[in-house]
Amino acid sequence: MKLIIATIKPFKLEEVREAVTATGVRGMMVTEIKGFGSQSGHTEIYRGAEYAVNFVPKVKLEIAVPDSIADEVVSAIAKTAKTDKIGDGKIFVLDLESALRVRTGETNEDAL
Amino acid sequence: MLNTLKISGAAGLAALMAAPAMAQEAGPVMDKGDVSWMLVSTILVLFMILPGLALFYGGLVRSKNMLSVLMQVTMITAMVMVIWVVYGYSFAFGGGEGPFWGGTAKLFLAGVTADSMAATFSDDYVIPEFVFIAFQMTFAAITPALIVGAFAERIKFSAVLLFTAMWVTVVYFPVAHMVWDANGLIFNMGALDFAGGTVVHINAGIAALVASIIVGPRLGLGKDMMAPHSMTLTLVGAGILWVGWFGFNAGSNLEANGGAALAMINTFTATAGAILAWSAVEALTRGKASMLGAASGLVAGLVAVTPAAGSIGPVGAIVLGGLASVVCYYFVAVVKNKFGYDDSLDVFGIHGIGGIIGAVGTGIFTAPGLGGVGGDDYSIASQTWIQIEAVAITIVWCGVASAILLYITKAITGLRVEGDDERRGLDLSSHGEQAYHS
Repeated sequence: MKLIIATIKPFKLEEVREAVTATGVRGMMVTEIKGFGSQSGHTEIYRGAEYAVNFVPKVKLEIAVPDSIADEVVSAIAKTAKTDKIGDGKIFVLDLESALRVRTGETNEDAL
Repeated sequence: MLNTLKISGAAGLAALMAAPAMAQEAGPVMDKGDVSWMLVSTILVLFMILPGLALFYGGLVRSKNMLSVLMQVTMITAMVMVIWVVYGYSFAFGGGEGPFWGGTAKLFLAGVTADSMAATFSDDYVIPEFVFIAFQMTFAAITPALIVGAFAERIKFSAVLLFTAMWVTVVYFPVAHMVWDANGLIFNMGALDFAGGTVVHINAGIAALVASIIVGPRLGLGKDMMAPHSMTLTLVGAGILWVGWFGFNAGSNLEANGGAALAMINTFTATAGAILAWSAVEALTRGKASMLGAASGLVAGLVAVTPAAGSIGPVGAIVLGGLASVVCYYFVAVVKNKFGYDDSLDVFGIHGIGGIIGAVGTGIFTAPGLGGVGGDDYSIASQTWIQIEAVAITIVWCGVASAILLYITKAITGLRVEGDDERRGLDLSSHGEQAYHS
């Protein structure tokens, strides 16, 4: 199994969700985060007090998938999240050691 | 016109009546329209404080300090109201003949009953003294509440209460007496201060400047993100302040007549001019007009028109408001950073400077040629000079006294919370609560 961690632009969330669920994935975790990479932040000025806001809001997805569809899910995310502008995000794939469905006790691929 | 301010003893109680309105003789009468208006004005000013000023200030601080600001404003209000009734009213308007002090004749409001009357600007009309007492009480409460913006996010709660109690005693009551009582020093110089440009705004502004320096800057100033946590609430507060200010300005006319109408329209137009001017300056210098800027301009315009509301014209008011915005913007955005004092919510920059512009500007815009109510013999130069003197006396009295009182407070309770408590936020460390739970 693999754990896919992807950061995307927040407005892309709905599009990415649709593409991912089309591959057969039935669940994902979504967190609002802030971060920086190539994309820089912005400056705010309040009555003469200047603040450099170095972080940009992003959305992080964490999706556990069977090995068989991992590449397909990564492609789906990459394709729909892309805007050709800096700040589109990154996708990481980790090896997932085990999984358990709490309600039924199913394990590993049966739990996904 | 101008002369009536002196003759009928203005807000001083030269003509106190202990009997209700008389029917047949040519004595002053109580008009129910005047009383209705004054009752409403009084509660409008309370509304300015709670929740107007509370939210205006609260939205400007970080969320971890929201409740501390609300608390300070609330507690100051309650405490000063009690003090006012016990001795404040007497010290300010007790009928004493000295130039600085109203005396002790009205301690605990002694002798005042529901039938007691107080003078207005018209010889023929009086209003119940309790209404006048209550109206002035709200002014006494809002002035120290304004000061909290100077030391927000780092002041000790006990210090706020102690300093406020001493400050109203030694600064507010004497200055109110000097400016508004018929025996007052500044009143008898002929200074014009319709609703409190000196008494309220310059007083609060100077005390704030002194306090921000003596208390010292917030930890992390210049490095940490200290942006307003809720500009939404700040605008709610600003809107409430504007609405309530009609009670503040038009209510200072003490009657419901053309004078109140003039004060009302000035309170509209000066504010409008100020909002536009601040936004324009901001768009030019910063690139974008912001809500914080517009709200700041709103307050600056109101502050500036406060001393002038009863004597300038509505078009002159637009100019006065615009001028106040431009100068206040400069102090808030440039001067403060240059000198490095952390007047966190710009009490000096807006109330202090706006009050000075308004007070001096009153001398200019009261001229009949500029739409004001001045008579044919009105001299801009001589009235403006009197205004400058009034401003100078207020600045010196308030500045010196505030500094002394701050050091006394420092010795008794200390001024700042501990560093860790400041970082945690005053809501948790001083009040054991959080404004928001995510």
